[in-house]
Amino acid sequence: MGLQSPYEGVAICAPTTVPYVRFSPESAHWWAGAALQSLAQTTGLGPADIDGFCFASFSAAPDTVVGMVQHLGLSPRWMDHIPTGGASGVMALRRAARAVQCGDAEVVACVAADTNQIDSYRQTLAGFSRFSQDATYPYGFGGPNATFALITGNFMRQFGVTRETFGKLCVAQRQNALSNPLALMKTPLTLDQYMSARPISDPVHLFDCVMPCAGAEAFLVTTPEKAEELGLSSARVLATIERHNAFTEDSVQFRGGWERDREALWQRAGCVPEDMHCVQVYDDYPVIVAMQLADLGFCEKPDLTDFIAANDFTIPGSLPLNTNGGQLSAGQAGAAGGFQNLTEGLRQILRCPLGDQVPEAARALVSGFGLVNYDRGVCTGAAVLERQALR
Amino acid sequence: MTEPLPIPKRKDPLKRSRFGLVPPGLRSRAASEMATFAAQGRFVLQSCDRCRSITYPPRDRCPSCWGTLTWADQDRGARIEAVTTIRHSTDNFFRNHMPWRIGTARLDAGPVAIVHLHGEVQQGDRVRMTLRLDRGGNPALFAVPQKETPNMQDDPQLRCFTADPKHRRVLVTDGRTAIGQAIARALLKAGAQTVFLGDADPLMRYPGKAEIEAQEGIEPVSLNLTDSGSVQELAAQLGGRVDIVVNTAGFVRPGGVAFGAKLSDLQATFDLGAVGLARLAQGFAPAMSARSDDGVNSAAAFLDIVPVSGLSGQSGYAGAAASAAARLSLMSGLRGEMQQSGIRVLSVLTGPVDDDWHQDLPQPKVAPGQLARAVVHALTEGQGITCAGDVAKDLFARWQANPLLTMREENR
Repeated sequence: MGLQSPYEGVAICAPTTVPYVRFSPESAHWWAGAALQSLAQTTGLGPADIDGFCFASFSAAPDTVVGMVQHLGLSPRWMDHIPTGGASGVMALRRAARAVQCGDAEVVACVAADTNQIDSYRQTLAGFSRFSQDATYPYGFGGPNATFALITGNFMRQFGVTRETFGKLCVAQRQNALSNPLALMKTPLTLDQYMSARPISDPVHLFDCVMPCAGAEAFLVTTPEKAEELGLSSARVLATIERHNAFTEDSVQFRGGWERDREALWQRAGCVPEDMHCVQVYDDYPVIVAMQLADLGFCEKPDLTDFIAANDFTIPGSLPLNTNGGQLSAGQAGAAGGFQNLTEGLRQILRCPLGDQVPEAARALVSGFGLVNYDRGVCTGAAVLERQALR
Repeated sequence: MTEPLPIPKRKDPLKRSRFGLVPPGLRSRAASEMATFAAQGRFVLQSCDRCRSITYPPRDRCPSCWGTLTWADQDRGARIEAVTTIRHSTDNFFRNHMPWRIGTARLDAGPVAIVHLHGEVQQGDRVRMTLRLDRGGNPALFAVPQKETPNMQDDPQLRCFTADPKHRRVLVTDGRTAIGQAIARALLKAGAQTVFLGDADPLMRYPGKAEIEAQEGIEPVSLNLTDSGSVQELAAQLGGRVDIVVNTAGFVRPGGVAFGAKLSDLQATFDLGAVGLARLAQGFAPAMSARSDDGVNSAAAFLDIVPVSGLSGQSGYAGAAASAAARLSLMSGLRGEMQQSGIRVLSVLTGPVDDDWHQDLPQPKVAPGQLARAVVHALTEGQGITCAGDVAKDLFARWQANPLLTMREENR
């Protein structure tokens, strides 16, 4: 397998977050429209200016990107629908970047939007996927909490990781969330509170779980020239990877597709994990954060306990992690949860964070993980971003 | 070992019974096909017709070579790789049964499966896999200890997948026959608290009456399935106290269709067997449905014993076979209705029984004790279809392989 072609002539800009709410009576369409409106405010672009549209959502049914385009008055010459939840941000970026690079589109709006009506979480779970409907949810209907409890318990046994170690990640992310005015969790979290939280599905406890909510995220992929014309700060893409359904032979998931492709990622990016100024990884559960740190090359899994103990994951720390608080503290807005890692990474390197700024941040690693189709997350992806221009 | 089930206390009539909910019921067609094997107590997974690899969850094509798939019996061994105790669910049925234990099992057959766990099963254990029907009639993988342990059946999670007679109150519709009496005794031995033993004609003595009625736990009741008034009256008296119905009633007379038959026999066999079954269901099913998740002695099952000839017809017993066919059909309809409320609808298929009305048929015939064992097995396993005796097993296997051929063979 050769080296990935570089992403020349691509600029990512205008990270956009529509403030999350716990429950919303509105539809995914409403939230997607809100994201576009916010994007328009930042960029000055109207419906006629957007010629590419990439959409991710769990709650837009029966509509796909087709319905969304007509609903929101777009007439793109390129569009894509990304149904991969937590991996959707990186995947949207990859597709949109190539479309722009090859001239299939010039201004691509990438939007993830989901609503959260009363009871819609249960309904989404009940019909989430064919395998989960046949073979996981009728088994106690613990939802992702139960699936990740199996993964977490196994991971702890296999690599000697304790709850305290996961707790350090959660506590650091909460600390980061406190400066983010849009985060749903607004009170500090101590390790004692983390440890004594009520059990949800052993060994997963309350503060290992995200809060489902409604919200939307968006960003723009265009050419450096167009970004300049619009007066937008922009970032370049150094490298990306994507892998689905890897390591099917593992009885319980303890690694993801990143492990297969991380060499290609760092080789193309021309840097190493230690060169990252902030890391925005998918965080539906802390075990997945730890798994990504290892699979993306920050340390080996048996060394995770020491690695996590040796680092400070808060914004001023040695390895700023999920600096908006992540989903664990900012909320999980469905598929938008798979975009917020990207928008936050982008914000930090474009110096427009929602909360505190990571000092000197110019490079970010963004990692996605999505779709527990059966007993494990199927979709993985990662991207290395670097500041291109500040305007 | 498992804690023995406590004897249930009398219920407070002023308290609202717990709603009889069922687990989420949405399934693929492949999973529904898996249920047909679960109903027989078979442990099956899909095997590829081309490359022979075994796959799970239910798929429509082989993930190794894209060949077509066929369900096939598999090795029941497995190892539990991971375990969790779920303490929170957004589904109301499971909420009522928290905490609930599941695990990741590496099946000896190859695939990995999320499974329900018996209380004695721990992470790292070798287990025996069972494929069962859940309360909604859907297939469920349930891991049990490799070897039988004391009170194993009393595990509260396992009990959601069975209609175990222990501590339950059973109505046996006809106690006048040797079969009805054998079943009543077997149910008491299996731990039933009470057997209400039906008698269509209380003024007429029958063989064994004194002995069976003297047995502790037996309560004789007047019940005539050909009389709607009689069924309704008993349902009004017992409706809220019957947890399992076992229909042992039936009317068999030899005879063909055009030759050697009496229409009055045909009418009698339909009136008792088919219409009687419907009377029984109409009398008892609604009250049972309301109490399907009512604690240790919740209502659990409606079981019908039916001649296997209902699948194929039978020369020389055409009327009895036709009535059996009607019973099987009514039971299918009832199964669909009761799946909404969590009551198991079970059929025990029997070959000719060793009684006065099957004198002319060759051996082997089904002895009352054999039929009683099949009934207890069907209840303790919650199994939808159970064959009692070799004739039923043989015919059922032939019928599954080729129903039209079996009809020809049975009507020569």
